[in-house]
Amino acid sequence: MSLKISQSTVILPSCPGIIAYASVGGKKEGEGPLARYFDLLNDDTSFGEKSWEKAESQLQKDCSSKVLEKAGLSPGDIDIMFAGDLLNQCIGSAYGSREMDIPFIGLYGACSTMAESLALASVFVDNAVANRALALTSSHFCSAERQFRFPLEYGGQRTPTAQWTATASGSVIVGQSDKAPFVRAVCFGKIKDMGVKDVNNMGAAMAPAACDTIMAYLTDTNTTPDDYDMIYTGDLGEVGSSLLIELLQRENIDISKKHNDCGLMLYDREQQDVHAGGSGCGCSASVLCSYILRRIEDGTMKNVLFLATGAMMSPTSLQQGESIPGIAHLVHISNTKG
Amino acid sequence: MNLTTKDYEEMNKKASPNTKSYMTIPCAFIIGGIICTIGQALVNLYMYCGMQQEQASTVASVSLVFLSALLTGLKIYDNIAKVGGAGTLVPITGFANAVVAPALEFKSEGLILGLGAKMFIIAGPVIVYGVTASAIYGVILCLFNLV
Repeated sequence: MSLKISQSTVILPSCPGIIAYASVGGKKEGEGPLARYFDLLNDDTSFGEKSWEKAESQLQKDCSSKVLEKAGLSPGDIDIMFAGDLLNQCIGSAYGSREMDIPFIGLYGACSTMAESLALASVFVDNAVANRALALTSSHFCSAERQFRFPLEYGGQRTPTAQWTATASGSVIVGQSDKAPFVRAVCFGKIKDMGVKDVNNMGAAMAPAACDTIMAYLTDTNTTPDDYDMIYTGDLGEVGSSLLIELLQRENIDISKKHNDCGLMLYDREQQDVHAGGSGCGCSASVLCSYILRRIEDGTMKNVLFLATGAMMSPTSLQQGESIPGIAHLVHISNTKG
Repeated sequence: MNLTTKDYEEMNKKASPNTKSYMTIPCAFIIGGIICTIGQALVNLYMYCGMQQEQASTVASVSLVFLSALLTGLKIYDNIAKVGGAGTLVPITGFANAVVAPALEFKSEGLILGLGAKMFIIAGPVIVYGVTASAIYGVILCLFNLV
């Protein structure tokens, strides 16, 4: 049974295993430095569908089918699924899971949804509420742009601090297993808002939340960044990453040598015109389910903190002059149980 | 975190790179200039074909709007705008793009509630305040003429 050691941190004594993981990407992701780690890459941004929303659902379907295939399981073997995306009312997930016939919990955590869904799935498995749980998220550049920003063909310029929403999906199946990777602990983040109002600088809006969650976890577990091989945030981008390092330095925590950001890993920022880096639920999800979990599984990394961050605003709240609340959930993933 | 929003704003300003104005402004000047030169060339062409100055200017504007709409439909205009910035936004071609882009984007929600309702989502405010400003200007002009 899970052990709650603070307001935010929950230790999972059974160390639920990640039985299988899968990642699906679009064309731009296929041109990026992590392309070879993806399970599926699709050059057709529409995924054979007539609307961008349908394309995103198809992307999720491809990802959930792939993870089931990799685990050698059928939907009936999964007790519960946690899924979310960036679209209003989480339709990417709801429509993408229509044919799954698995008890479904829809989540909205903006770009933090991968860590949020993985954390919840792990807690469910650790407490034997589910034998196997599926965590799944996605984002699609085109469906996100039309909801949050401008039509695709509109001739606007992006600012240097803007981030690029990934067309990607990631999914994991969590269950009791003897094979790495294992989820050792989770830390649920708190909403932090430091008054950033620029929607083209979401990294800056989310960095304080990431800082707060990292501090909480390190304090609760009495550990330092040196106890981990890497701390991966997603998706703070260039601006948010440098702010996070600076914020933690003020608290005498140095993560500069242990930190990387999924938004900086998914694309070649110079060549692929993504400005401050990638973003979207699919960004951290696909980096986790392609590169990071593989490196933990093969033992290259033993202990990793995966920390997905979300900017919890809407176009309406921004138009009303509200600032952007940030969130960051943390999952401690390890190569060993003990 | 012992940090005020004001302190964080300062940190954020330092961490955020600024737009490279030394690049963007000349680009806007050149691309905007090219569009205007094409416009002038069209005026000259139409006048050469026998139109009056006023008529030629109108037809040249219509031609630019058509070209911009076509390039938007062919998914080329946004790539020019990525470099051109205000150079593609300010001329009449930018206005055409701002109408055609949402029309294309939202046709997936149907001809009425999608295309029809959202066509002016970007250009709408320009029309509203443009018309209002011209009406106010007209009233002022009228008053001055009375005096």
